[in-house]
Amino acid sequence: MMPMVELTIFALGILLIDLMVPREWKWINAVGAFVGVLFAAFCVWRIQSTLPRGAVGFYNSLWVDRFAIYFWYLFLAGAAIAILMSVRYLDVEDEHHGEYYALLLLSVVGMMCMAAGIDIVLLFIGLELMAISTYVLVGFLRRDRRSNEAALKYMLLGAFSSGIFAYGLSLFYGLSGGTNLVVIARAVSAPQNLHNPVVVIALLTTMTGLLFKIAAVPFHQWAPDAYEGAPTSITGFMSVAVKAAAWALLLRILVFGLWPLRSVYTPVIVVVAIATMTGANFAALTQTNTKRLLAYSSIAHVGYMLLAFVAMGTSLPGSPGYVDGIKGILIYLLVYTFMNLGAFAVITSLRQRNVIGDEIDDMAGLYRRAPVEAVLMLLFLLSLAGIPPAAGFLGKYYIFLSLIESGHYGLASLGVLYSLFGLYYYLKIANAMLMRAPMEPERLPVSLGMRCAVGVTALATIVIGVYPEPFIRGVNWSLGIVQSPHVAAMVR
Amino acid sequence: MQSHILSIILFTPLVGALVLLFVPKENKDAIRWIANIFALGGFLISLPLVPMFWAQRFEPGFKFLEGTPNNWIPSIGAGYNLGIDGISFLLIMLTTLLGWISILSSWTAIEIRVKEYYVWFLVLQTGMLGVFMALDFFLFFVFWEAMLVPMYLLIGIWGGPRKLYAAIKFFLYTLFGSVLMLLGILFLYFHHHTVTNPQVFTFSIPELYKTASMIPFHYAIWLFVAFFIGFAIKVPMFPFHTWLPDAHVEAPTAGSVILAGVLLKMGTYGFVRFSLPFFPAVVSHPKVQSWMIGISLVGIIYGALVSLMQKDMKKLVAYSSVSHLGFCTLGIFALNSMGLSGSVLQQINHGISTGALFLIVGILYERRHTREIAEYGGISNVMPVYATITMIMFLSSMGLPLLNGFVGEFTILQGAFTANWRWAAWAAPGVVLAAAYLLWLYQRVFFGTVTNPKNEKLHDLTPREILTFVPLIIMALWIGLYPKPFFQILEQPVNQIVQTIHDNSNASSPVNAQAAPAPSPRPKASN
Repeated sequence: MMPMVELTIFALGILLIDLMVPREWKWINAVGAFVGVLFAAFCVWRIQSTLPRGAVGFYNSLWVDRFAIYFWYLFLAGAAIAILMSVRYLDVEDEHHGEYYALLLLSVVGMMCMAAGIDIVLLFIGLELMAISTYVLVGFLRRDRRSNEAALKYMLLGAFSSGIFAYGLSLFYGLSGGTNLVVIARAVSAPQNLHNPVVVIALLTTMTGLLFKIAAVPFHQWAPDAYEGAPTSITGFMSVAVKAAAWALLLRILVFGLWPLRSVYTPVIVVVAIATMTGANFAALTQTNTKRLLAYSSIAHVGYMLLAFVAMGTSLPGSPGYVDGIKGILIYLLVYTFMNLGAFAVITSLRQRNVIGDEIDDMAGLYRRAPVEAVLMLLFLLSLAGIPPAAGFLGKYYIFLSLIESGHYGLASLGVLYSLFGLYYYLKIANAMLMRAPMEPERLPVSLGMRCAVGVTALATIVIGVYPEPFIRGVNWSLGIVQSPHVAAMVR
Repeated sequence: MQSHILSIILFTPLVGALVLLFVPKENKDAIRWIANIFALGGFLISLPLVPMFWAQRFEPGFKFLEGTPNNWIPSIGAGYNLGIDGISFLLIMLTTLLGWISILSSWTAIEIRVKEYYVWFLVLQTGMLGVFMALDFFLFFVFWEAMLVPMYLLIGIWGGPRKLYAAIKFFLYTLFGSVLMLLGILFLYFHHHTVTNPQVFTFSIPELYKTASMIPFHYAIWLFVAFFIGFAIKVPMFPFHTWLPDAHVEAPTAGSVILAGVLLKMGTYGFVRFSLPFFPAVVSHPKVQSWMIGISLVGIIYGALVSLMQKDMKKLVAYSSVSHLGFCTLGIFALNSMGLSGSVLQQINHGISTGALFLIVGILYERRHTREIAEYGGISNVMPVYATITMIMFLSSMGLPLLNGFVGEFTILQGAFTANWRWAAWAAPGVVLAAAYLLWLYQRVFFGTVTNPKNEKLHDLTPREILTFVPLIIMALWIGLYPKPFFQILEQPVNQIVQTIHDNSNASSPVNAQAAPAPSPRPKASN
């Protein structure tokens, strides 16, 4: 509760400060936002240390449990890095307004509601708060037609799917008589409801909304355009934080609320997962715009996470397939946050006064123009492809492990084959960066904020890849998984 | 020091790479000196391993153990666990030697982006050593995949005209095998968890050895296939060899030396270390064994025939690798101790002789920037020292007695013959064909008069270039004249693997009657 209130106050404060600050000093807004994010992280830490069992609030609509705290940390990390990336970028785009940072913070508030909410009304409010803030942020480059088009597409499709989502939620309300997920869970597990067609319709419409938000095929059409048109720093933020929030929402609703219906939704998820991986990987092969390519790659990553969800849904709770499945999704989101933000940070740094910088050709010869950024971008690309010892391998590891443990050998084989496709299109970018001659060989000026962003994400990618133990323990903690005594005994 | 010597050997090249990062890139000579010092240092540090290992060569199990299972990532069950036996010991010595020689040979060959070149090469060196030393499957897989990245960059940045195509083909093709192998590893890991009591999650290879035999046959065969694809692509076995000509031809000379000398051995190492001990019932099944032998024979003959046809020297040598490694896999899948020890020894021999062959091609390429055989002729008149060295290494590669190739090939053929005489009969023409393509190449390039006026002013080998060949010639002669120490080193691990296969073998076939000891006489009394 406290971090959300605090972020809102900071957001409003930034709006006020922005009115008073002259143009050259607009970076004060960024500092304010960054301080706000740090303060919010501190508040989350206070909640974590003083309330070991979490707290329930707002008439049982909010449950700040460890799962929520894990996601809150992820959102705040994503927001902090996005703020670092944005400062110089907005200067170059000449759209450096305080509203940007305020909207960023407000969308984080919405995300926090989505992760911690257990009442469908609060979940919907959080979803809409995050979504509307993001719509405006996508369209923030007012004078750029691509940005306007991206925002309009995103808003129309988003509003449409939110409507369908709300319809599904309303059906659940009708079935259960209450808006709390606990009540809904009880209602759907009642014997007379198990074969109720209304339940199926409610489930499918709800899932439509959820799958839209995570950009799964066939609800992904908004993503490439929105990612390409949005300001690159927002694309980065959207691809990690919004996605993590959407996953938190999906897990809350489908696992916490609708677990009794897993025999109904898991087959749907299998089809969606296969379609997502197939569509995204094939589409990414021919892209020439790096932002669009990374958009399709994001969709492909969602496909892999859906596979872990399938492993979880088809296993008994507590069995290795179940545990590794949900661990896999959470760990994947963690490593994904850092590696994707890092990749987008490097792309953002290519934006100069005279070049937009989001085509693959713009990356040519980066090894000359910005050698450190080129090597770190290689690291991010390899991590996205799942090559050890970069962190991305850890995510893929858990996904494939959970599939093997739940007996889905065919899906596991499909997953590994699609990760090869991934390597091909990531290497297209790496090829351009490292193996082609630059168009102009001068150094690329990289701002301090950008260096911090790239540095932090690269460090995280390497550390999580080489020494993942503390992070796996963190995920175990957030899910309440107790380490088996035999593994614990082997720890020296 | 002894307890950590493997880690020291493993990370010396990586330390060198990190040191190089701080040298400004304009200082090309300083970079070359530092890189060579670290490469030579890496080789010299591995030399103390020789007497230490020699003293323990008959003891069973892995030696120089480091780390405990599950100490790195206990939550997963991955441990930083190193250890070597006779097979990996020989391969590690080959790696450190060839690593140094390759870095030495790149001195004048690489002029652009020198610093990055040496950094990536040293990182590659660490990756290769890690694959051979790892006793934990997770660690093994990390090194196996991580090693693909520097190789991809070496081919893609410093390679020939079609470098981009070759680099990405290499990376994707090999990664395809690796990810299938990952699924196999995960299955073994999970299976171990389900059958152990109390249930344990671990990637430790000695632990996984114990439970692998409990896997039901119909699962084991799929696992064997998963691992097989991963290793067969690396070796490469026909028909998974199509990445090799492109990668070898387009790579820079030192890259080709390392690729042929060490990276290909990882596939055969994988077969010996994993496929055979984990799936003995599958491997000794007559049908599976026949298929493996069949593919090896096709590789031998096909590789040799295609080499005969080549107009590009480097491509000729590349296809000859397919042929030679066909012999190695023939020895492995003969499943007896002669075949297996001959195969491992031949892998070392191949590293030495084919590494030298690529260096030889590189010498001419650096001078004339063409590898077309038709461009050359009568080179022995202008470069006599070079011609002599080339003749020695060609004879080694084709298996002339007194040089290393003969010992390996003979032992392999002996092993194949003992298992099934027809296999040896089909493989023997490969030796003849090897002589054919190598001697014909020598004749066209070296003998006769100098036909092309551009070749008249070629200068003979510089002392540095001679230095890159000297260790290889010494090793070729040593193994050829006195292979007994090498067979003694291999005796214990090879016998152990053959014993595992014998104990768990499938249908009755001649291979199961074999428990013949390795071909090195030693006193029966234990010392």
